[in-house]
Amino acid sequence: MGYVFPNELEINWGLFIVLYPYLTGLVAGAFIVSSLYHVFRISSLKPVSRLALIAALAVLLVAPMTLISHLGQPLRALNMLWTPSPTSAMAGFGYIYSFYLIIVLLEIWFMYRKDLVKFAAIKDGWTGKFYNLLTLGAKDVSEKALHIDHKVVGILAIIGIPSAAFLHGYVGFIFGAIKANPWWSTPLMPVIFLLSAIVSGIALLIVIFEVTCWIRRVKIDFECMMAMNKYLWVFLILAFVLEILEIIFIGYEGKEEWPAIKGLIFEVIPVTFFGVQIAGMVLAFFLLLASRKKNISQFAARIMTFVSGGAILLSVLAMRFNVVIGGQLVSKSLVGYTKFHIPIWEEGIIPTLIFLVLPFVLMTIMVKLLPPWLDEEPLAAVTVKRRRDFQAARGIEGEGAAEEIPTLWGRAASTLVFGKIFKEVE
Amino acid sequence: MKEETLKVKTSNKAVEEHMKKVVPRRVFLTTACKMLAAGILAPMGSLAAILNSSFAGESGETSDWTRVWAGKEWGFIVDTEKCIGCARCVDACKQENQVPPDKEVFRTWVERYVETTQGVSIDSPNGGLDFEPLAETEEKQFFVPKLCNQCENPPCVQVCPVSATYRTGDGVILVDGKRCVGCRYCIQACPYGARFMHPKTHVADKCTWCYHRIAKGMRPACVTVCPVGARKFGNLRDLKDPVTQIIRKERVRGLKTDMGTKPQVFYLGLDEVVV
Repeated sequence: MGYVFPNELEINWGLFIVLYPYLTGLVAGAFIVSSLYHVFRISSLKPVSRLALIAALAVLLVAPMTLISHLGQPLRALNMLWTPSPTSAMAGFGYIYSFYLIIVLLEIWFMYRKDLVKFAAIKDGWTGKFYNLLTLGAKDVSEKALHIDHKVVGILAIIGIPSAAFLHGYVGFIFGAIKANPWWSTPLMPVIFLLSAIVSGIALLIVIFEVTCWIRRVKIDFECMMAMNKYLWVFLILAFVLEILEIIFIGYEGKEEWPAIKGLIFEVIPVTFFGVQIAGMVLAFFLLLASRKKNISQFAARIMTFVSGGAILLSVLAMRFNVVIGGQLVSKSLVGYTKFHIPIWEEGIIPTLIFLVLPFVLMTIMVKLLPPWLDEEPLAAVTVKRRRDFQAARGIEGEGAAEEIPTLWGRAASTLVFGKIFKEVE
Repeated sequence: MKEETLKVKTSNKAVEEHMKKVVPRRVFLTTACKMLAAGILAPMGSLAAILNSSFAGESGETSDWTRVWAGKEWGFIVDTEKCIGCARCVDACKQENQVPPDKEVFRTWVERYVETTQGVSIDSPNGGLDFEPLAETEEKQFFVPKLCNQCENPPCVQVCPVSATYRTGDGVILVDGKRCVGCRYCIQACPYGARFMHPKTHVADKCTWCYHRIAKGMRPACVTVCPVGARKFGNLRDLKDPVTQIIRKERVRGLKTDMGTKPQVFYLGLDEVVV
């Protein structure tokens, strides 16, 4: 369509680079939800505060894989750490990412230290040894030590908020500072990226929370769900306003790039732009608004929140696509559009789907290792019964069977056993 | 043998290496200094400078390059009035610089503009190699050869995360293929579409004004083969150079000057519709 420079026939940043800002966005958003509880003491978010960090870590570990797989010379990836160019907006990535990873790992460790000590004490065999290793030898679980843990988590959460904002705002900067690309080049880009990140992170937690509660057959904490519902709505409005504002400005000023941008959104990417990105946000806006009405039942409100979460996850993914791919579809000649052929294998749809699923696989493993559930008492009540059934069914008796209990119940079981050990010590 | 003596002469490092073996205290001191420097400057990339011996070799050669660059500032003129769209330059460039001839990647290309009452149509089939001849009409038709503008303020150099792309002392932007990680950020940053990912080497590639030729006093391949003299290459520091003369006397302009890139390819007879 129109004229594109001969070198522009290839789309240089493909689906992996669409995924990268999407994944870091989820990380930043999930982390900020966790911090809303730890720093701003929004207690209604307590049930997801741990889950949020585990989710953030799982996604954070996958995010750089997309970048490294995309490089022409992946084996030289670490050159960005050894020989960074101070003028490059991209060169700081390794440092910012590593710093943030350390913050998240530390926060998780301090948050779980008490549990790690418990697990190390009650589990036999390699699992026990594994947890023992994870404690790093810090086995003091006195009131004083736990108080310090709690304080450290608070401090890390405070450091984490600007770090998360920086990690993702920085991704926006990488795009926003490219003057050669009229669809990217705007100072609003870091802010737009950050807000859409927060929105997608909250949406992710809503979906995970709902799904995990359903899998665990636990009654969902409605108050927590509605708190996330509220924050999603507020951040959604901010994100929407900024995204629309940017386009209105380009259109109203009507400079030389406007015809190219107008053609892009109305003719080249209307489906992903209006059909998914904008429609998803509008749908979520009205659903969230309606779900807070008094005459809506709890069940309906939950479903509406869940659907909004899903819609936002799709909408933000589409937004990343529209920015990353859309920006490259506009020729730098401003008089034509490149075509994007979605490949199957090489940086194509299949590895992209794998990268999208991988965080959830990691999340499942991590959740089994480090159960984030805080609804101990009801779970304990359920699992004691289940555990007895389990033992009766297998003809096993006594505490010796403890290590055979599936890890999902591990935490409840550990609370019981650990409680006994403590009583004996006392 | 001859080569060896040359190496010793040009590279002080070799002498130093020898000295280190003779004086143990010196070894200790240099190592200590290096470690201290590494400790302080590691994040700024000095670590690599110390670990990577080839880098030390390069710094030894810097003085040679300074001599090569002395008194030179290369400039390029494209005369759009003269270009006949034969695309011999495109062909020559591909052959000279190992740019795959069967792939849609170009260090230089030729665009054709046809202005009618309906508007402007632009094309550059296979970089200009596959132009279909147009009938002689009253319409305004012209060709515009394009290549890297070797900007004085290059956005590609600014964004490269590993300093693999840089501007030489005589004003040419080069890519160090051994250092490039292939992130393609420079391709995104170039407003002219002059960069591409090399399909074989998987690093960024671009026009170098045939640096391997100009460093030896030759002209770029595209300039050499142009049958009508539409491409001119010269030293802007030399006031008697024909290229400098043209820039000083004629009305020339660069492409997309509003980007603040300060392009060093100057066009004669550039129409406002040229993108």
